Amino acid sequence: MSLLSLRDLTVRRGDCPVVDHVSFDIQKGECVGLIGPNGAGKTTLMRAALGLLPHAGASTLADIPARERAKSVAWMPQTREIAWPVSVEHLVALGRLPHLPMGQKLRDADQAAVDAALAHMGLDSFRTRRATELSGGEQARVLIARALAQETPLLMADEPIAGLDPAAQIATLGVFADHARAGHAVLASLHDLSLAARYCTRLILLSRGQLVADGTPEDVLTEQNLADVFHLRAKVHQTEDGPIFQPLGVIA
Amino acid sequence: MKLFLSLIALIAVLFCASLTIGYTPLPFGTAFAALFGFGDPLYQTVMQDIRAPRAILAAMVGASLGLSGAAMQGYLRNPLAEPGLIGVSGSAALGAVIALQTGIAAMFALALPLMALGFALMAVVLVVALAGPRGASLTLILAGIAVSAFAGALTSLVLNLSPNPYAAAEIVFWMLGSVADRSMTHVWLALPVMAVGWVLLATLGRGLNALTLGEDAAEALGVSMSGLRLRLLFGTAAAVGATTAVAGAVGFVGLIVPHLLRPFVGARPAALLWASTLGGAAMVLAADITVRLVMPDRDLKLGVVMALIGAPLFLHLIYKTRKELP
Repeated sequence: MSLLSLRDLTVRRGDCPVVDHVSFDIQKGECVGLIGPNGAGKTTLMRAALGLLPHAGASTLADIPARERAKSVAWMPQTREIAWPVSVEHLVALGRLPHLPMGQKLRDADQAAVDAALAHMGLDSFRTRRATELSGGEQARVLIARALAQETPLLMADEPIAGLDPAAQIATLGVFADHARAGHAVLASLHDLSLAARYCTRLILLSRGQLVADGTPEDVLTEQNLADVFHLRAKVHQTEDGPIFQPLGVIA
Repeated sequence: MKLFLSLIALIAVLFCASLTIGYTPLPFGTAFAALFGFGDPLYQTVMQDIRAPRAILAAMVGASLGLSGAAMQGYLRNPLAEPGLIGVSGSAALGAVIALQTGIAAMFALALPLMALGFALMAVVLVVALAGPRGASLTLILAGIAVSAFAGALTSLVLNLSPNPYAAAEIVFWMLGSVADRSMTHVWLALPVMAVGWVLLATLGRGLNALTLGEDAAEALGVSMSGLRLRLLFGTAAAVGATTAVAGAVGFVGLIVPHLLRPFVGARPAALLWASTLGGAAMVLAADITVRLVMPDRDLKLGVVMALIGAPLFLHLIYKTRKELP
């Protein structure tokens, strides 16, 4: 069963299409990396797919009521905003909002989901800490826990590893890959092509708003695609852990 | 719960103090007997027609400003936001000033507050139209600043064109803000409008909590941003418009109270709504008592005292925040 289905999704700014007739489906168990150069339309595509932007074409998530959508997909925007010095536990519990009837406090099942998400991200000892006082990497973990606590079939994240140190990047993508293997699905936009190749089961390559390639990392990360889309001269080494990407220079 | 009970107790003490402190010294027992229609008719008049409306209005004004301040800060995710930011208080003041200047205010008792309310409503409609239904908080702030600036300019124009110094003085004194010499008629005019505002703002808690994560994340959590924004704007317009209509311009409450109480509610925006409502009521009651204690014969204005208390408090908060920064 597909958890997200896009048909001819198009977003225009003025006359210019920023996302141009993009269609794909995401199935249970997939960890999908959305790749493409800056300005390719990754963020716009994801926000339109969620119904957060006016668009043409169809997205199964944009066409359902907001409350239902929030039970189907957890969204992690690129900006890691934590506006107030609330406790880590309170912040993670925000993930339960779509499941709570109006005006109700957390029930046992909600508290269990929050506890599980905190434990999963190794944040048990951080519960009472103020979220704003944590390091960037710790905040990123808290926000992933918040998304996991939402207990949705699909998790969408916009550049979730931007600004993180290498260990935190690997840990984050490891969590996403495990999450997908556990029967959910993940769609994340990524700039690190080597990590994308290693942790994603499938890559979708965007260029100027159009879907250029969609398939396994081996199929998508070809030297030809890298040259055409990223204007990069690069070597792609096929290894047991998936393709390793080595940029050599920019094609003028 | 402890904070809730403490604030309720504080309000109760301040409310009783507000009823018993004044130009006519009344012992506690006599004052309360007169309030409920017993004892000397003169005392009954003092209690029922002067002090009771004053204390009730002070609590209502404080609650409205505290609540809308907490809601505005929660929506804009900015501790420096205050309800006047969207131009409602400036426009309500303009309505009142026009009523004073043109003589409409003298036609019937409620003419001035009704004009102020009308202008507050016009301001919010204008801000909504300018900012658009889906605009980000920045467009809202800009629209608010534009409306505020225009209302301020027109208020200055009205003052400038004032026919005589007495009329100008009346306008200036009104603008300083006060709950003195108000009647139960003012209470009954303001209460339903404020109540609408309170109900609208009280429904924002869930959305404001979600907004801790930013607008995009909140919307993806099922919060309708356009609905939230309309409830915020019309709720603030009703609460603050009614406040300005009956009490003039009282600043700093909406800014300081949420700031003071935020640490006590773990910075949770929804919990801050009710805490600031109660805290605002307590603060304005206290300020209105101060007005009567410090210079009982000089008609010190509530808005002036609030600014005198609020500004140093604000400076202290800035200093504290600076120290907490790495």
